[in-house]
Amino acid sequence: MNNVQLPKRHYLNADYNVWSWLLSTDHKRIGILYMISLTLFFFVGGAAAVLFRLELMTPGGDLVLSETYNKLFTLHGVIMVWFFLIPSVPTVLGNFFLPMMIGARDLAFPRLNLASWYLFVGGGLFTVWAMLTGGVDTGWTFYTPYSSTYANTRVMLTAIGVFVSGFSTILTGMNFIVTIHTMRAPGMTWFRLPLFVWAHYANSLIMVLATPVLAVTLLLIGMERVLGVGVFDPNLGGDPLLFQHLFWFYSHPAVYLMILPGMGVVSEVITCFARKGIFGYTFIAFSSLAIAVLGFLVWGHHMFVSGQSVLASLTFSFLSMLIAVPSAVKVFNWTATLHKGSISLDTPMLYALGFIGLFTMGGLTGLFLATLAVDQHVHDTYFVVAHFHYIMVGGMVMGYLAGIHFWWPKMTGRLYPEWWGRFSAVLIFFGFNLTFFPQYLLGYLGMPRRYHVYPDEFQVLNVMSTAGASILGVGYLIPLVYLIWSLRYGKIAGPNPWQATGLEWQTPSPPPTFNFDETPSVTERPYQYSPWTPQTAPPPEPELAAAETTSP
Amino acid sequence: MDKSFRLFPEAASTAAPAVDRLYFFLLAVSSFFTLLICVAILYFAVKYRRSASFARSADYGSPWKLEVTWSLIPLALTMVMFFWGAVLYFRSHRAPPESAKVSVVGKQWMWKIQHAGGKQEINALHLPVGRPVQLTMISEDVIHSFYVPAFRLKQDVLPGSYTTLWFEPTKVGRFHLFCAEYCGTSHSDMIGEVVVMDPADYSEWLQGGPTESPVEAGRRLFEQFRCGNCHAAPVRPRCPPLDGLYGSQVALSGGEMVTADEAYLRESILNPQAKVVAGYQSVMPSYEGQIDEAGLFELIAYVKSLAPPEQSSDKKQSAPQ
Ligand code: HEC
Ligand SMILES: [Cu+2]
Ligand SMILES: [Cu+2]
Repeated sequence: MNNVQLPKRHYLNADYNVWSWLLSTDHKRIGILYMISLTLFFFVGGAAAVLFRLELMTPGGDLVLSETYNKLFTLHGVIMVWFFLIPSVPTVLGNFFLPMMIGARDLAFPRLNLASWYLFVGGGLFTVWAMLTGGVDTGWTFYTPYSSTYANTRVMLTAIGVFVSGFSTILTGMNFIVTIHTMRAPGMTWFRLPLFVWAHYANSLIMVLATPVLAVTLLLIGMERVLGVGVFDPNLGGDPLLFQHLFWFYSHPAVYLMILPGMGVVSEVITCFARKGIFGYTFIAFSSLAIAVLGFLVWGHHMFVSGQSVLASLTFSFLSMLIAVPSAVKVFNWTATLHKGSISLDTPMLYALGFIGLFTMGGLTGLFLATLAVDQHVHDTYFVVAHFHYIMVGGMVMGYLAGIHFWWPKMTGRLYPEWWGRFSAVLIFFGFNLTFFPQYLLGYLGMPRRYHVYPDEFQVLNVMSTAGASILGVGYLIPLVYLIWSLRYGKIAGPNPWQATGLEWQTPSPPPTFNFDETPSVTERPYQYSPWTPQTAPPPEPELAAAETTSP
Repeated sequence: MDKSFRLFPEAASTAAPAVDRLYFFLLAVSSFFTLLICVAILYFAVKYRRSASFARSADYGSPWKLEVTWSLIPLALTMVMFFWGAVLYFRSHRAPPESAKVSVVGKQWMWKIQHAGGKQEINALHLPVGRPVQLTMISEDVIHSFYVPAFRLKQDVLPGSYTTLWFEPTKVGRFHLFCAEYCGTSHSDMIGEVVVMDPADYSEWLQGGPTESPVEAGRRLFEQFRCGNCHAAPVRPRCPPLDGLYGSQVALSGGEMVTADEAYLRESILNPQAKVVAGYQSVMPSYEGQIDEAGLFELIAYVKSLAPPEQSSDKKQSAPQ
């Protein structure tokens, strides 16, 4: 290993001044910019969670006022959903690796990509500023007429921030779609695309089609709040349920924005660390598309007790049951991929396996919520909170961390410390379950969500949840520390430390500014691990190709 | 209310055990699949670990039979869940006709409740055990949600339109009443209790305190707002008579028919232009903003109580008070 060296010139040392970063159109540098901004937002949103979890240790409201509590959970939701979860995998890993995986030099519209980052960061900082200096107390769901006429917090400013960053999402989605269609290297046919790319394709479709609806909905809130045009408030002649329809028409597909890219990561990682071709490639690819399409037809499952008609509820319940099937197909295929593989439990693999387990639980409890009569009981309780955290934190955040660890050597040229990696992966898994499993029980017991004070008998489970949250918090800080540490002290990785098959591994780490010295030509399907056959012939340098799997 | 720590909620309505059974079915299915996946992962991770020696297989061909199997089994199971859940949901939307009527007004941050006999209470709902009750609910401001975990039921309470919820308590005791839809600063204080009593205790409870029946109070409002100037007998030809209106079919000027239910009566008072009775000019003024929701409940109760002009009152029996 010691003879492996960093390449002389790569995208990181191509130029050093600040503007070479802030004005870079290199998708890899933009990916890094996103990673830094997302990390900041994640810890802001996480800090809010720490505060309200501390408050919830006791049934009374003794740490903060109700106003503050309400602003904290709103801050947490808004930041985590729009400024961490939705952008996480696409803007960091997608930006960085989607072009490399299809053998392109960059995204189709590099300058648009930079503009997207500015919109994202602009919108994000604006939102954070609005929420930290004044605060919003509507919850991330902005239900009307509370948000449009009754709340006297900074609803408009927050909505503007989210609105602006929505354009970043739309532009990123368009950029990805065009890139996948037009920039594939010779030989990279649709069915040679890594599943990560398929997941991003489905995801981008949702981004482009759903986000405008959110924009319109926020505009309508603005019209009602500022101009007094009656849209949602019955006192002004509006319909409060209209808001819920519009909001969930966006936000249900948005929950798939918060999971599909993570699924893409898992497909890459599982195959690599099981040294096996993916089981049921086409089924996984098409299940992503099925999820993307069906995802637009199930929004009413958030409204079973809202007063919508019984017929509508029946329809939405039925369709929501159907969408469980493609998700189940994915889980079965991933598990089957492990069969007769050659499995090593490195950090990315631990996260990916954690993802499968937690996503399975999150998905199955989704069925409880899609079942009409059960939802009448658990809707708007901690059961829902637990359910979507299993999907979004247990799923997407785990997927994000799997991806960050998997591709870290490629991004930085250096390996993270494996022991610490495994340790924090296990810690996060246990911290997560201790935080959120008790919330299922709380939910079925009937504790409503967004409750600042609560009856005494719910305390034990809340204390457990808070204890778990503190473990989880530590778990998230450890990677922050060792990843930064590894930038300087990590072992040199070499081009392909995991002996993976994707194109991104057939070029030095960190990659040169234009990714490949020569445009690769693709000759193989993805995931041929036994015997190991990369999608294209590796670069000629013999000592680079000889890099082998490392374990500390 | 039983304040002790527990892992499973009390079941105190006819709906609750049915929901619990369905929940246990879901729990069984989910536990099975969670275990299946987790055990498979762990087993494979150990058995096929990199250092183990065994004949590694090459890639699989096209395992479509397997794919179809593991698509169809979940599909079948989810269909069972769907139908089972739908049947119970349907039942929860069909109140037995003999249900006692209670009106509920939600507002930031309290529940105002009025019984059919006129008895009012705040943040508490007293009920006799073993008798179905139907709540007709509305909000004066934002959306709230009426939630009784022990009954396994909740229903959002909307501003501007009525929603209903019915249940039949099966157990004497005190149960939590929560607002489940986030409604602003003191959302978590918008709580109360449902007190389920023996019928004897309940009727004793009903006796206490001064009460004016909603119909009486409604008659006063009817006079106060001079509805009678137009509507009371002898009815002026420009106005439709209100006697026997509730529950009947009304022909509208647009040609459609509507059933005169509470929602229709409420709209006729607040927004008379919206649905104009066939053969009449819309000269009725809007009373929007002049009568609060509790008053509207009373006014509607009064209109509902007006017997049909000629025939005897037996048709009206089914139309509650
Ligand atoms: C100026 C005369 C006038 C007054 C005062 C008035 N109404 Fe009316 N009302 C009408 C007319 C005319 C109609 C029929 C046209 C329409 O549907 O708007 C009507 C329709 C109705 C209807 C629907 C009747 C049907 O057959 O479907 C209801 C219910 C009603 N009024 C209740 C009230 C109540 C309660 C008040 C007092 C708060 C009131 N009205 C005051 C003139 C009046
Ligand atoms: Cu949804
Ligand atoms: Cu509330």
